Amino acid sequence: MNGFEWMSPGSVEQAARAASATVATAMARRSGTPAADAAVLKAGGIDLLDLMKEGLLAPRRLINLRTLPGLDRIEPAGGGLRIGPNVTLAQLAAEGRLRTRWGALADAAGGAASPQIRQLATLAGNLLQRPRCWYFRSRAHHCVRKGGDTCFAFAGENQYHAIFEHNGCAIVHPSTCATALVALGAGLKITDRAGAKRTVSLEEFFVLPELELQQENRLASGEIVTAVELPEQRASVRSVHLRYAETESFDWPLADVAVVLDLAEGVCRKAAIVLGACAPAPHRARAAEAALTGQRIDEALARAAAHAALQGAMPLSRNAYKVPIFEALVRRAILAVLAA
Amino acid sequence: MPEDVRTRSYPVGIAGVALGELERSVPDDEAPPLPPNARLNAIGRSTPRLNGPAKVTGRATFTVDVKLPGMLHARMLRSAHPHARILSIDTRAAERQPGVRAVHVIEHPLGRANEIPSPGEPDAAHRRVRYVGDPIAALAAVTPQAAQAALERIVVDYQPLPFVIDLEDARQSDAPRVFDRPVRTEFFLGPAPQLPQHGNVHGPDTSASRGDAAAGLRAAELVVEGEFRTQVQTHCCLEPHALVADWRRDGLTVYISTQFTAGIRAELAEAYGLPLNRVRVVVDAMGGGFGSKSRIGNYVLAAVELSRKAGAPVRLALDRREEQIDSGNRPSTVQRIRLGARRDGTLTGVAIEAYGSAGVALGASVGNFAQSIYECADFALEQSDVFTHAGPGCAMRAPGNVPGAFAYEQVIDELAERLGLDPITLRERIDPSPLRREQRRCGAERFGWSRRQPPGSSPGTLKRGLGMAQSHWPALIQINSSCEVRILRDGSVEVRSSVQDIGTGITTVLAQVVAEELGLTPQAIAVHIGDTDFPAGPPSYGSRTTASITPPARNAAYRALRLLMQVVAPSLGATAEGLIARGGRIGTADGSRSITFREAAAQLRNDQISAVASRSDDYGGFGRRMGDAAIGRMGLGGVQFAEVTVDTETGRVHVERVVAVHDCGRPMNPRQIESQVHGGILQGISYALFEERILDRHTGQMLNPNLEQYKILRARETPAIEVHVLENYQGNSATDAYGIAEPSIIATAPAVANAVYNAIGVRLRVLPMSPAAVLTALGRVPSRSAPP
Ligand SMILES: Cc1cc2nc3c(=O)[nH]c(=O)nc-3n(C[C@H](O)[C@H](O)[C@H](O)COP(=O)(O)OP(=O)(O)OC[C@H]3O[C@@H](n4cnc5c(N)ncnc54)[C@H](O)[C@@H]3O)c2cc1C
Ligand code: SF4
Repeated sequence: MNGFEWMSPGSVEQAARAASATVATAMARRSGTPAADAAVLKAGGIDLLDLMKEGLLAPRRLINLRTLPGLDRIEPAGGGLRIGPNVTLAQLAAEGRLRTRWGALADAAGGAASPQIRQLATLAGNLLQRPRCWYFRSRAHHCVRKGGDTCFAFAGENQYHAIFEHNGCAIVHPSTCATALVALGAGLKITDRAGAKRTVSLEEFFVLPELELQQENRLASGEIVTAVELPEQRASVRSVHLRYAETESFDWPLADVAVVLDLAEGVCRKAAIVLGACAPAPHRARAAEAALTGQRIDEALARAAAHAALQGAMPLSRNAYKVPIFEALVRRAILAVLAA
Repeated sequence: MPEDVRTRSYPVGIAGVALGELERSVPDDEAPPLPPNARLNAIGRSTPRLNGPAKVTGRATFTVDVKLPGMLHARMLRSAHPHARILSIDTRAAERQPGVRAVHVIEHPLGRANEIPSPGEPDAAHRRVRYVGDPIAALAAVTPQAAQAALERIVVDYQPLPFVIDLEDARQSDAPRVFDRPVRTEFFLGPAPQLPQHGNVHGPDTSASRGDAAAGLRAAELVVEGEFRTQVQTHCCLEPHALVADWRRDGLTVYISTQFTAGIRAELAEAYGLPLNRVRVVVDAMGGGFGSKSRIGNYVLAAVELSRKAGAPVRLALDRREEQIDSGNRPSTVQRIRLGARRDGTLTGVAIEAYGSAGVALGASVGNFAQSIYECADFALEQSDVFTHAGPGCAMRAPGNVPGAFAYEQVIDELAERLGLDPITLRERIDPSPLRREQRRCGAERFGWSRRQPPGSSPGTLKRGLGMAQSHWPALIQINSSCEVRILRDGSVEVRSSVQDIGTGITTVLAQVVAEELGLTPQAIAVHIGDTDFPAGPPSYGSRTTASITPPARNAAYRALRLLMQVVAPSLGATAEGLIARGGRIGTADGSRSITFREAAAQLRNDQISAVASRSDDYGGFGRRMGDAAIGRMGLGGVQFAEVTVDTETGRVHVERVVAVHDCGRPMNPRQIESQVHGGILQGISYALFEERILDRHTGQMLNPNLEQYKILRARETPAIEVHVLENYQGNSATDAYGIAEPSIIATAPAVANAVYNAIGVRLRVLPMSPAAVLTALGRVPSRSAPP
């Protein structure tokens, strides 16, 4: 790992001005050697240090967001909640206010990684972590996402890769929280170097490789996520997030699913179903949502919706086994919401 | 026969089942027979690890903690190519880097097969690298950072060559060759036999065959067959391979995380032409080896060489990536088994054809499992090594028997089913081992084997299954194992041997043995081991440590105590022969006169008395001698039972419970034995379900060279484990103890596999039994739609 400077900014604006690059722009280099002059943002530092130790990122300076005051709170906002970017996954998992209407987020945060990591991992860091593709994480493979010419996954070892929307790059989006947040219709508040603020829906924030190959989202250099906003949900809304990983802790999921249903006397008024770990961005299963909307949900309908969710899947040479896993998980998540 | 031999009576048999007595003629200076554990005070008691507190508080010194004044830090340069000719290596720029003190280019790498040079031919001018991670050079600098930075300045001109990663591809006649010429290699127990070599295929070795298997199969009333595939597993020691080499004018000292201090000393002495008395090897606390830290490797020689060149101590510790790609591994296998039987279960013929790949090394044989566990006169085993451009395999916990049992124990279960027999009933008929008979009985009862339902009959999507499998491992002993016991004038006691505690707990066991003999508590004994300045002890591999070193420890204690008793006998008005040591006192057998151990020691004329003892032959003789090692007459057994659930929609196999019944002669420290068995079972489940080295077929790079992408069983995959250990007495040595580490892993994967079969009614013949493998076996994976 390279030596680096440490900076503790006094304010969000100062941090934004100090940040010369996002981690994605510091890594995407023609030469295959990470930029040596970058100043990048650090929250919990889990993903950042992982990249640095593997020699994939060699920043000159780390800007520590962790000590900025006020960014680690969960507050009511309108009928919804505003979650500070530094709120940890452990905090989210323990948050009683999430349990009622935003349960999927508490499930997702509480099931991710391991207890030790959840104590340190922040929500913004989780949403902005880089993909786990093993070629991406290997210094020996200068792939498209890092500024090279090839994607090694299509013809290579792709058992953990995407089954949807893998146009040019087959990563799966690594954030489990993102799956739940997209299903819950969350938005991000972002501040830039000039102090300008914008709000963007999380669903639009993430980008697919066909639009952008070298970053997973639309965060620009010098931008800081200042809040994650959970919109109000009707009292009749229930949500669940299910994950399935090879090992139950200390592992990213092979498949995860968030289901948010607005149920009135057993009839589904509105449905949001999002699949994680299956595409380069959280993947909305619109056909499954449509199958449920306006219907009384039972086991057979849940099964049909799950089947619909996987229509159009395009598994690679080694990951077709993920299709039945997702089907089972979607069905189980729908039924779990009914039971919630 | 030695001059002074005495006939003595020893307990033999299984305690609680059938315990008898046997007369043995043993040398006169052997400690007298020990009664069964129930009548002992220190041996056989669960004694907490003496070094446990130091380990959990961080006080213990591991090799990676060793710091010497002026110590330099070394890093190794490794091949970025799976196969290439090195046209040139330019180290000049690296040598000029600030802080760099020495650079060493590796010319003759160890630990793999090497081509036999043709006579008269000059040594190949250009070395070839044969796997990603193949070491090329090493350098030492004042800081690890400086070493790393300088490493990147070494310029290597590679001429990339075609390579082959996959075992099946490598077998093809047109596959790129790993070696162009015949190779030689060293096996653990001497040179490997010379075998034919065609392309990348080295073998077959048919030396384990007996009788006429083809005729036996023809005579069969029923033939079962199957093809099994097992993956490459890496050792994943918590503590990396590490050493600090300190070359001085008057000799070489090496602090190293090793399973065999005395062996490393001998290898280093040979490599540098030094007498043994100029080489010292030291290890204190150790974080695992599992076979991978048994010998000197390239990293050891590199550090020693750098220390010699730089005139300063050099520290070299592998990082996790290096651990995963170049510290050895358990080779992959493909095994085709045909097994013929009569309707009553009698095996009439067995034919096994096995291929395995240890990368650029030899040693992928499936071991002695099938050839030794069940009775069958007509047995054919043809096994071949297939070279691939991958890191060298080496011994790993029960080498050969682990993949061998995974396949063979499943075939046996399949035979039982075809014969309409319970798997236990069939084994009753074909397994001659009296130990396993009792283990099956005991295990079946504790496990509740009678709950087992017909295969695939479990209802719903979450299916439950019960399975069992057996373990077999030779009882190994290192003959040249010595130990010293000293009684000091203040009444304190020391045990000294170069034997090392690799985490298995021999420290505590030695204290128990000596305490038992001297009538003291284990806590009162100072155990000084892991240093070749002490009498040479055995290696800690082949599950032989306890069997090899505890008899000499007890004999040394016995002899030292005799000397002490001769000193104090007059003051007690008795003869030395009439004295006993018990409860911290030495006195007459009737208890009428005694003094404390401390008072006794105070009567010494010198500051200490000392006795050194070495391992005698097993009293009943050995089954076989191989150089410094021997095999006991009775093998080590074990039977394991597993209860699993299989989610047929997601492919998840979860092991809920394992019941394990094992034997290791006289159990010395039940708690530590249990801990070993836990380790074996957990590593076995991890092998069965999760672990797999994944190499990229297009670049030859390992894609999961870390402990996140290389999956290992974690806390939540840990089942409830119940361990039961038989007390099996054989009257074979002063302690009658044998090993447990390897037997405890062999039965796990097949027990899980048999349970999976019982749950879903479909047999998994590949490892790991990952979600993908399970769903594929269940026919649930859709055929792929066209790629975009
Ligand atoms: C063994 C293991 C298992 C794991 N399993 C899971 C899992 O199952 N599911 C899952 O989702 N994750 C998992 N993780 C990932 C882990 O949750 C993330 O690495 C962690 O959440 C990152 O958060 P951090 O605060 O440490 O981010 P950092 O590493 O500090 O930062 C990550 C990125 O976010 C940027 N950043 C952080 N905060 C801001 C901000 N406010 N504004 C702009 N940019 C910002 C940083 O610049 C950096 O690019 C696992 C990790 C490990 C090690
Ligand atoms: S899937 Fe994406 S990240 Fe992985 S190798 Fe291909 S381009 Fe790189």
